[in-house]
Amino acid sequence: MADLSIRDVSFSYGETQILKDVSLHLKDQELVSLLGESGGGKTTLFHVIAGVLRPDRGQVLLNGQDITGESGHVSYMLQKDLLLPYRTIIDNVCLPLLLAGMKKKEARAKAAPNFADFGLAGTELQYPHQLSGGMRQRAALLRTYMFSLSREGSPVAALLDEPFSALDTLTRQEMHRWYLGMMEKIRLSTLFITHDIDEAILLSDRICLLTGRPGTISEEIVIERPKSKRDGFAVTEEFLEYKKRILKGLKRT
Amino acid sequence: MKAKKSGGNSLFSVTAILLILLVWQIVCSAGLVSPYLLPSPVDVVKAFISDLPLLIQNARITLIEAFVGLGLGIVIGFVFAMMMDRFEPLYKAFYPLIVLTQTIPTVAIAPLLVLWFGYEMTPKVLLIILATFFPIAVSMLDGFRSADRDTIRLLESMGASGWQIFRHVKFPGALPQFFASLRISVSYAIVTAVVAEWLGGFGGLGVYMTRVRKSFSFDKMFAVIFLISALSLLLMKLVEVIQKACMPWTKTQ
Repeated sequence: MADLSIRDVSFSYGETQILKDVSLHLKDQELVSLLGESGGGKTTLFHVIAGVLRPDRGQVLLNGQDITGESGHVSYMLQKDLLLPYRTIIDNVCLPLLLAGMKKKEARAKAAPNFADFGLAGTELQYPHQLSGGMRQRAALLRTYMFSLSREGSPVAALLDEPFSALDTLTRQEMHRWYLGMMEKIRLSTLFITHDIDEAILLSDRICLLTGRPGTISEEIVIERPKSKRDGFAVTEEFLEYKKRILKGLKRT
Repeated sequence: MKAKKSGGNSLFSVTAILLILLVWQIVCSAGLVSPYLLPSPVDVVKAFISDLPLLIQNARITLIEAFVGLGLGIVIGFVFAMMMDRFEPLYKAFYPLIVLTQTIPTVAIAPLLVLWFGYEMTPKVLLIILATFFPIAVSMLDGFRSADRDTIRLLESMGASGWQIFRHVKFPGALPQFFASLRISVSYAIVTAVVAEWLGGFGGLGVYMTRVRKSFSFDKMFAVIFLISALSLLLMKLVEVIQKACMPWTKTQ
């Protein structure tokens, strides 16, 4: 059970306050999107949760444990895949296990069965530059997933910061479909950061709007439709209603 | 495509070399230059063959000096780069000093080293260390310091230690720079060994060179010059082969 909660987090860079009393709760196996305009503090919040930045005030709790300012508890994935160019895909994917002290052979054995599910079968011994952008993002996601496996007994949450925004439209749509199916399977608690409203509605259980300067959570929207029934969701009346509501919420500030 | 192109390039350069040799031979055969001042290519080849056992014997000594010096230069350069990367004050303290050592002409301190350490191998090895550790240290340091910030952060978020980040990100990332500098350093090592031997020693190509110069055997002089550049080229090629073996991911690029 991975349960991530952010309580009244505030953060400033020097004189400029970026985040003000941001609170957010991610339940186990839930996918919550954090939606907001660029430069609105999304990535700062992301770094705070990842433990790279320490907030001025507030706490980050994982399964009730205070992890504020500590790294090594949540794994994240960015727009850039950050695969190491000199490691094969399987060794890239294994990296979190190796860092946790597992033997190479053991780590590979643990990672290998996931390749088919992630649509990466046959790429194990290839190098990142031999893969397409979509494939590399899948590999990066598999690496994120392996990190959650490296902490058996203390499940982790994953942070995804615009993971698909560098891909072309068709690949992105394909990735969305794949991702929804994948999440049904691996049930990773995920905080998904994006500025793409459609993406947020399509993938999330809940959407939090981060608005204003300094940024704060102004609204929370629950997407009622079950994730298994999201095929063709994007062209429904229901979808448009959500979109209108979000646009209104983002404009208000 | 690429192989074909480089094959074409070497065809041009080989032709150019053959042309120069031909002109040289003609100039000598026609008696335009006194054979004492400029032996013909054929004379040089003859001298090379007749003195081959002696050349090999001396080359062995020079190569041993070069390898020992280069090996130590690499180790010291590597350790310096690692320490300077790890500890900022060391970087600030030693970087200017290392640059300074490079402004001292090798030829100028060689006699001092001979004076202090005698005619044996020590002064030669020391001189080679001085000449080679700089390019190694500087290139590796640049490699370490140019490691991608986002990648380091990602590994930190996975709980990687400083040493793990060095091993998985900084070190492999610096390999291309390391090999580029190693290619330069091997030829530095050979040339420096020869220069050091000029100033005193019991054997080696530099000593051989001094002897044949004193006996005005310019054909042998040319023979040893060609041998030295051939050795340098061979070693540079060897570095290339080692580089390819150490960096298998570049093969598929």
